[in-house]
Amino acid sequence: MNHFFTVEGILYFGAISLSIIGLFGLLVSKNLFRLLLSLVLFEAGANLVLVLSGFIRNGIAPIFLDGNSGAVMNDPVPQALVLTAIVIGVGVQALALSLIFRVKKHYGSMDMRTIRSKLEREIAENAGVTPPGSNEAPAPVKLIEGENS
Amino acid sequence: MIWVVTVVVFIMLAAALAVLFLPNMIAAVVASAVVSLCLTVIFAVLKAPDVAMTEAAIGAGLSSLILAIGLKRLGYWKTDSIDKVKAGERHD
Amino acid sequence: MTKYSALLFISGLVFLLMVITGLLPIFSDSHTPMLVGKAILEGAKDQVGAANVVTSVVLGYRGLDTLGELSILFAAASVVGLVLTKSSFNKAASANNDKHDHHDSGFVAVNAIDLIFPLLLVVGMYIITHGHLTPGGGFQGGVVLAVAFSMLVIVRPRRASINHGMVSIIESFAGVSFILIGVIALFKGQSFLQPLLSHGEFGSLWSAGTLPLLYLAVGLKVGAELAGLLLALNSDEVVD
Repeated sequence: MNHFFTVEGILYFGAISLSIIGLFGLLVSKNLFRLLLSLVLFEAGANLVLVLSGFIRNGIAPIFLDGNSGAVMNDPVPQALVLTAIVIGVGVQALALSLIFRVKKHYGSMDMRTIRSKLEREIAENAGVTPPGSNEAPAPVKLIEGENS
Repeated sequence: MIWVVTVVVFIMLAAALAVLFLPNMIAAVVASAVVSLCLTVIFAVLKAPDVAMTEAAIGAGLSSLILAIGLKRLGYWKTDSIDKVKAGERHD
Repeated sequence: MTKYSALLFISGLVFLLMVITGLLPIFSDSHTPMLVGKAILEGAKDQVGAANVVTSVVLGYRGLDTLGELSILFAAASVVGLVLTKSSFNKAASANNDKHDHHDSGFVAVNAIDLIFPLLLVVGMYIITHGHLTPGGGFQGGVVLAVAFSMLVIVRPRRASINHGMVSIIESFAGVSFILIGVIALFKGQSFLQPLLSHGEFGSLWSAGTLPLLYLAVGLKVGAELAGLLLALNSDEVVD
């Protein structure tokens, strides 16, 4: 606990909290666009954890200048990995957005529950079976057992 | 230094919570840009200038631009008053 | 119900991550870079000759990684183009799209983009060409170039337009030249993408062998891909 109130401790707290907030949004949000925003947050938290793993207290940036030949430098490998991860992240984000466009175009809604019920109905229609009753519909009335006998 | 980091981290976490819970989508996208800006400051503090530049150019710039285009095309580009949003359509 | 199970799952994950973080060696004062990082920091100045060690890692030690990253970006951009093409929508939608006329943005946006467009070009090219000396490089500069061009088109869609054939020619030229530089190193009996040419004077613009050329190719490719991606996202009809 005595290590918590240092730069690394606070940043680890921030990075883990950011990932957790993003994951929470991924799990509970009902709107597709907010799902995408949560994905962005989650990715940012993961990047921060990676950069932190290469951080050295009193280290300098990994660039050779005239006067810094003796100083300890930060680890350059995680920085290079995060550099590419951020660029890939924006590509993934654009891809997800284009898929959201198509879903909105097809189902006319951004709500996960609406899309799910429409999707189930569509699958049932294409398979030629009667769609299962939705949750909102009242339960089918059971015949009284003594009636037929 | 440590106080700067503390303040920036708490601004970042507040903005991240705002992304999830703000009813207006434009405000949520702006909040995600705020998260990226705070991350840029943190990367600069962590002596990772390359990553800080990438995050500033991509996270705060290009990503916000892509999300704004998404807002426009998904029909969320409206600045309704907060009462109207609460009464009618809460987008989550 | 979903909310409560999600909260339970996440609280368990928080506990796990906190425990793992507490065991990390980073909190001790004697923390040093990992073995790979230490070896790279010691050898980068003589082996690659770039002042910026991150550039040495991205293009020298892990050049193959960067090639894979570029191909992932290419795949993402292609799939966005595939998903959003007009022909895959039905005919009525595309006919509707033709009637939808594009308006220029407001006074402030149009004049601001006229002012900052040349500055953005200069900054982008500067960031790309000085990637081996200062923070920055092909990815950052390419993004700046892509945003400059696509903002020009988004702000005034009537006057400015980007030739899609030209964009794809630039993109494929950059990708092919990146691979060619790697293959030339193979023919000289070295590893794929190993830096060639003389290292030059350390810290000057003409140094670090082929690294500036590789970063130029990366910058052009990333810029062209992201500009095409932004325009594909923007140019379709409004989904209602």
